[in-house]
Amino acid sequence: MLHHSSFIAILVFLAFAATVIGISVYLGRRAKSAAGYFAAGGGIHWFVNGVAFAGDYLSAASFLGICGMIAFFGYDGFLYSIGYLAGWIVALFIIAEPLKRLGRFTLADALDNKFNSRGIKLSAAISTLVISCFYLIPQMVGAGALVRPLLGLPQYAGVIGVGAIVTFIVVTAGMVSTTWVQFIKGTLLVVLCAGMTVLILARGVTTKPTTAAGEPVRLMERGVQAEAAVWDKGSVVMSEDGGWKGMPFVRVRHPDGRVVVWRKRADGLLDEAQTLTVGKDGRKRVNGLPQGENAGECDLAPVGYASKLPGGVESTGPLGSFAYLHTMQHSEVILWDNVKIAESDGATTTVYFQKPTAGADFMAPGSSPTFRKVRGDKFTDKLDFLSLMLALFCGTASLPHILIRYYTVKDQASARKSTIVGIAAIGFFYVLTLFLGLGAMTSGALDVTDSNMAAPLLARSISELLFAVISAVAFTTVLGTVSGLIMAASGAVAHDLMSHVMRVDLDEFGKVRAAKIASVAVGIIAIALGICFSKMNVNFLVGWAFNIAASANLPSLLMLLFWKGTTKRGITASILTGMVSSLGWILLSAQAYKDVYGWDPATAIVPFSQPAIVTIPLGFLVLVVVSKLTAERKAA
Amino acid sequence: MAGLDFKHAGKPAEQEDERTVARNTRTGLRLFAVYVLCYGGYMVLSAFRPEWMKREVLAGVNLAVTYGFGLIVAALALALVYLNRCHKN
Repeated sequence: MLHHSSFIAILVFLAFAATVIGISVYLGRRAKSAAGYFAAGGGIHWFVNGVAFAGDYLSAASFLGICGMIAFFGYDGFLYSIGYLAGWIVALFIIAEPLKRLGRFTLADALDNKFNSRGIKLSAAISTLVISCFYLIPQMVGAGALVRPLLGLPQYAGVIGVGAIVTFIVVTAGMVSTTWVQFIKGTLLVVLCAGMTVLILARGVTTKPTTAAGEPVRLMERGVQAEAAVWDKGSVVMSEDGGWKGMPFVRVRHPDGRVVVWRKRADGLLDEAQTLTVGKDGRKRVNGLPQGENAGECDLAPVGYASKLPGGVESTGPLGSFAYLHTMQHSEVILWDNVKIAESDGATTTVYFQKPTAGADFMAPGSSPTFRKVRGDKFTDKLDFLSLMLALFCGTASLPHILIRYYTVKDQASARKSTIVGIAAIGFFYVLTLFLGLGAMTSGALDVTDSNMAAPLLARSISELLFAVISAVAFTTVLGTVSGLIMAASGAVAHDLMSHVMRVDLDEFGKVRAAKIASVAVGIIAIALGICFSKMNVNFLVGWAFNIAASANLPSLLMLLFWKGTTKRGITASILTGMVSSLGWILLSAQAYKDVYGWDPATAIVPFSQPAIVTIPLGFLVLVVVSKLTAERKAA
Repeated sequence: MAGLDFKHAGKPAEQEDERTVARNTRTGLRLFAVYVLCYGGYMVLSAFRPEWMKREVLAGVNLAVTYGFGLIVAALALALVYLNRCHKN
């Protein structure tokens, strides 16, 4: 779908983004010069730090990805909300305090504290790099999804733009997101989303959505008789050829060149579909005409509305929060599915077709294609779902940059209190995501090709101003996260890998220069990956990062804290095994086949897409076995 | 990403004594076990009794959503209990 900007939206966006970046740079400079401010490990009030937790943790991927997944598929996006929040319990009760007593704050330092081993430093650095990359990709994709509706640029332009800006900032200024900046961002994100939720509830659910300007959204035809589909004089039904043979579609070519595709229902009637054809030369056609908004051109129509509401009403009017959920459970909503067809001239056509779905169906786990099998009878089918819930639960406490955040308070009591404030803010936000996702599902503004844009487009269907403000807040959140990740990754290269592992001798200037070069390299890789993975829902990508983090880091961390028999080789082996196995698994999964390589998902090697349920125990197993094998002989 | 000035943080300003630490750890592990049961229950129910998740249980809202909200609220509740118990210790 093509998007174009409004002048006001761009102005507000730039003003907002400039303000937040300005505050960030100003506070960043002050924090560096007033070294005493952080000398005690924080004179920061626990409430401020708690909200900063939320600002730090709630990446745009949460906001865009979860809402998008819920908007397109229903409940399954909410699984991520539950899992992400539950992970904080592992952090709070198991990891945080023992780690703090150790006096170490980075994962790599903690793991290596006892042993001072090059093997551990190397594997921990690589693990940090890989996890940072996987965490970076969804942020880049998310940035592209934010920029597209705002500036009307194609996906890759947004990714390149963000990558270039952030790399430039990191190399020249090293933008550091201070606690106060995260506090501001966290507050803004939560308050704005709460506001949007209130507006969604006030709007209720409708079968006839309108744009922010009040114009009705064109509804796609359903239940049409075959004869009525060929309405123009001169329209003709096309024969089935190439990839169209045997598919339940009818193609009607109209005199003006449009090719409208209809899907054949079980009862013989037709539902209108839309098509996007990408030719071998890369040129795009929608419904047979070149993609565009001028005469003789066509564009994909925005979608997302209920087809049936309880009581047969057209609109429900304002609803309370529980009433809203109850209404959705008893509605029928037009969701969309798609199938790719290979044309005889080498082009690929994606047919987006309507799938009326009952609320009872999409308001429970298993509503999305990825996790649908959980509703089946075979045990192995349920493993994807169970594996995901395990990965999310174990992942939070395993992310290198989360635990660091825990220690910017001065004492354990403050640490506990700020974690609780953080959990409250993050939990509240995740509750809101369900409403935002459902609101987007019925907003009439969705782009069928991109679930990541559901939330910004929802805002746009309410008001242009809200859309501009929310995009600005989300965008600056992405900038902060991406700059932090690039710095962590380049730090791992320059400091851990080069200085400690490769023992390359660098003076201070050399180290800084190495880090900057590494930043540029990481930035370029991030841009490239952001373009490769752009079709995937960002939340799904973050879920993968959690799988890798939990598999690589959690076994070593837990065993180091609680088992005396852990040896340095055990830790090294465990990190490498966990990381390689989970990464390899992911790259060979059906999801990667479909969305990254464009191959047939049925040919994927691994049986399900989330490796955690296999790779986390594997990490523990390897650690125990290798530790026992390399245990030092104790004197008799 | 957090301010990377943690190098100055060092050991916590107030060092809790060993007995308090042990008691807090026990409290923490007990509460953790409670949460694991709740979370595990959610996983098992969703995987093996998916039909139950569609039933309405609270104010017209189904079990899937209610249980999901419940897990989020429970996390906060347990964290508050932990804070309270640690303070007493």
